[in-house]
Amino acid sequence: MSVLSLRDLTVTYQTRGGGLPAVRGVDLDVNRGEVVGLAGESGCGKSTIAGAILRMLPDGTDIGGEVLLDGEDVLKMKVGRLRAVRWKDASIIFQGAMHSLNPVQRVGRQVAEAYITHNPGKEKEAQARVTKLFEQVGLTEGRVGDYPHQLSGGMKQRVMIAMALACDPKIVIADEPTTALDVMVQAQVLRLLKKLQADLGLSMIFITHDLSVLVDVCDRIAIMYAGKIVEQGRAKAVFETPEHPYTKALAGAFPDIGDDRYRLAPTGLGGDPPDPADIPSGCPFHPRCAERFEGCDTTVPDLYPAGEGRRAACLLVRDRSDA
Amino acid sequence: MTQAPGGTRTESLLEVRDLKVVFAAQAGLLSGLQGGKSRYARAVDGVSLDIRPGEILALAGESGCGKTTLARTVLGLERPAQGEIRFEGEPIGSSTRKLRGYRRKVQMIFQDPSGALNPRQTVYESVAKGLRIHKVAGDEERLVAQALSQAGLRPPERFFMRYPHEVSGGQRQRVIIAGALALQPELLVADEPVSALDASVRGEILKLLLKLRDELGLAILVVTHDLGLAWMIADRVAVMYLGRIVEIGPARQILKDPQHPYTQALLSVVSDSEGLEQIILRGEPPDPTRIPGGCRFNPRCQIVASGKAAELGIEERCRTQDLALEEITSGHSAACHVLSAASGKPGNSSPT
Amino acid sequence: MSLIPNEPLDSSLMLRGSPPPAAPPKSPRRIAWDRRRRSLRESWNTFRENKIGIAGLVMLCIFIAIAVCAPLIVPHKQTEITSGSSINKLMPPLREAIPSTCHEVSQEGGSTKIACDTKFSMRYPMGTDGFGRSIFAQWVWGARISLLIGLTATVIAMAVGAVVGISGGFFGGHTDTFMNGITNWFLVIPWIALAIAMASVLGPSLLNIILVIAITSWASSARLVRSQTLSVRNRNYVERARALGASNWHIITRDILPNVFPIIFANTILLVALAILSETTLSIIGLGDPTRVSWGQMLERGFNAGASSLGAWWWLFFPGAGITLTVLGFAMCGYALDEILNPRLRKR
Repeated sequence: MSVLSLRDLTVTYQTRGGGLPAVRGVDLDVNRGEVVGLAGESGCGKSTIAGAILRMLPDGTDIGGEVLLDGEDVLKMKVGRLRAVRWKDASIIFQGAMHSLNPVQRVGRQVAEAYITHNPGKEKEAQARVTKLFEQVGLTEGRVGDYPHQLSGGMKQRVMIAMALACDPKIVIADEPTTALDVMVQAQVLRLLKKLQADLGLSMIFITHDLSVLVDVCDRIAIMYAGKIVEQGRAKAVFETPEHPYTKALAGAFPDIGDDRYRLAPTGLGGDPPDPADIPSGCPFHPRCAERFEGCDTTVPDLYPAGEGRRAACLLVRDRSDA
Repeated sequence: MTQAPGGTRTESLLEVRDLKVVFAAQAGLLSGLQGGKSRYARAVDGVSLDIRPGEILALAGESGCGKTTLARTVLGLERPAQGEIRFEGEPIGSSTRKLRGYRRKVQMIFQDPSGALNPRQTVYESVAKGLRIHKVAGDEERLVAQALSQAGLRPPERFFMRYPHEVSGGQRQRVIIAGALALQPELLVADEPVSALDASVRGEILKLLLKLRDELGLAILVVTHDLGLAWMIADRVAVMYLGRIVEIGPARQILKDPQHPYTQALLSVVSDSEGLEQIILRGEPPDPTRIPGGCRFNPRCQIVASGKAAELGIEERCRTQDLALEEITSGHSAACHVLSAASGKPGNSSPT
Repeated sequence: MSLIPNEPLDSSLMLRGSPPPAAPPKSPRRIAWDRRRRSLRESWNTFRENKIGIAGLVMLCIFIAIAVCAPLIVPHKQTEITSGSSINKLMPPLREAIPSTCHEVSQEGGSTKIACDTKFSMRYPMGTDGFGRSIFAQWVWGARISLLIGLTATVIAMAVGAVVGISGGFFGGHTDTFMNGITNWFLVIPWIALAIAMASVLGPSLLNIILVIAITSWASSARLVRSQTLSVRNRNYVERARALGASNWHIITRDILPNVFPIIFANTILLVALAILSETTLSIIGLGDPTRVSWGQMLERGFNAGASSLGAWWWLFFPGAGITLTVLGFAMCGYALDEILNPRLRKR
């Protein structure tokens, strides 16, 4: 049973110059207790999806498709129901989360507020919950009364995780939670997330551009490009044997240290991730693809099966499976 | 001229000797009222380094280790409290006038290409800036076009009139590189040259840096937190912790067979090898105003924490005796009591 | 030093689609100038969309036009000007400018009374004051003086403020402490007291009023410029200029000034409004130049002659409205400009 299902999700921002299609038809399922990774670079739409799930995008944005949270469509919810759902059923750890803390309020109070918003009046319970949460995320009890500036980056991130867990949500959406952290602190936070996931049976969507992080934490990964998913499957399989040329290139940016293929031989893609206002025809990746052939610029590929639980949106994959 | 550890006997392009850079960290208002004094952050606390012509040296470490401060001091953007920097044998000086000639030869690549370009100036003007400042003789337009080509922006004329916000992140970084190349430098100091760029684009910029080294003989000092980057382009790697170099040597050796416990821990969390257990250190690096006594890594060191240091009978030394880099094999040095003990040398340690 | 990732949407939105069409090769300097003109036009277009800004600009244009065309609207007898400065030549003394429509009327008991025409008419569209002079004529010439004082004082204040602000903000250290000290000193002084002191020492004249206003208002500009300089100084492109070997002068003129200027400009517009109000205040308390007519002077005479108790509302209303609308015009333009030039205020 899936906790979260995205069905043909499309998001178009309204700007002065017209509509900007940030997400162009995404299907994704997150099952109970599963961690699904969403990888991609700027402009691919992954952060937009995070915002779309709880309808936190700017007013006037066109959202199409369905966002089924435990069977209920978030996009069709009335405001009252939406408010009840936000944070209680699904919560977000934002990008740059460390800067999201109110600098003049104690961190314990900020986490308690998240609880109290959904359980008004229950001060004592909130305090108890905060103590428990801090313990779960590895912060000592003394930290509850601290101000954000007294905490290091890693600690602030733990506070944000505690806040996201405050109302015991069904699913947590983590949007680049470790991007601004040092590698060692990142490792600590990832270890914490894995532990929480194991202990609490947490379902999670993990959004990042760093593929190597995803392999460590996620059960399944989906790679996004130009507003669509171009490859998905089991995390390790996608990272080690990528099917889509873009995934191959992305994996090349995070080489294994000690892998002689990359020693003094960095690999990169020419060109840039496409501007949502100007997406290439056919397969959106074709201008940068080393393996493109005739037809790539005219046919829009679907997600073709590419092995057990694997799919890739590449004509090469289609042709291979047809053969 | 003394040899810095980790170097070999060729003429050095850049020499750094016992460099110390100190910042006054002001006490906050409340602690100031409570009688706290302003503390000093020893951002760089005794670093010696050599860079040879045509070599790519990666300066690796986490935030607060002092690598960026070291790079900026090499460029003359910070003034050292102690120690000296020599370029081609000559001390670099500290006044703007004395640094001028030096700056033609040593140029900087910035972490954030968007911020480093003046948004009101075209690409042409940004690249020509250096030429105009140094009043370089010759056809300015030709020199700018040549620099842009070398940086991979072709045809260069197409980029002359664009503004920074009209080109992509990767291209902006190439513009910065072109601006540096226009002065035909001998050393590039690149501060996190690709971390602000999209992952798929990073390789192209790294390829460019390698190409510049191969074709123009440029030496490059790359400051990075990403050891994968060091694997891809560096000849030598220096790992920094709290203002000191803790390990330095050939990249391949350091990254495949690290000796210092800190390097080992870093590599264990970054590498994706099977069976290699991750050593996740406790806590975060202390800030440079409160450097621990003894070996500065000892509070977090996994060898101390696991009791192995006590077993070897050197825990006392780790906690009380500061130490400098020591050669392990030719060209590879590290600062660790365990290693010194293992190699049988008494170590050039000193009580703190 | 933490890694702050690119905002995913912003960076892709910054890319413009197709490159400009290939043009015949021009010198890069010409190209740069063309681009500057184009960007000015773009700014103008953005400004045009801001209704408040346009309304303000229209009001200002009307008043500036009136001020400039004063001699055409209200021609005066060119009388001999005895005292020297060129400012005085522009602003003829009151008596000669305004025709008097008062006449003596003999009364019972042998005394004479002065009767003046105080009604609205085509000849006197704004009525007359207690001495029979056309309010309209005074108003038109008053516009000139008020605007002149406002603009001149502001330009001086901005120039001084910019120099102090930039040098303090850029050089830091002792220079900054010193400049800051002077700035704070001038900020704290109650300007009325300073104005009175200066006026009594220097004597009331147009130039002195301008000086007084400039001296009392440069400090707030200096503060603004200093804070803007501080923020620009720490930007990476300034550091790049330094790494390239630029001298301080080069950095200040080429990198700091162009990026500080837009916000200074928006602030200047607002300052002019304040300067006009300051002039009004000074005139009302009697420190203005009595030989020149300005809107403030008109108000002062009106108050002194008891216009309010006499019910001669037109004497006070028109100059008051003039001041209010002009100040409003400047404020509205300044508000719109601030929205355009200060990217943080722009609505997404």
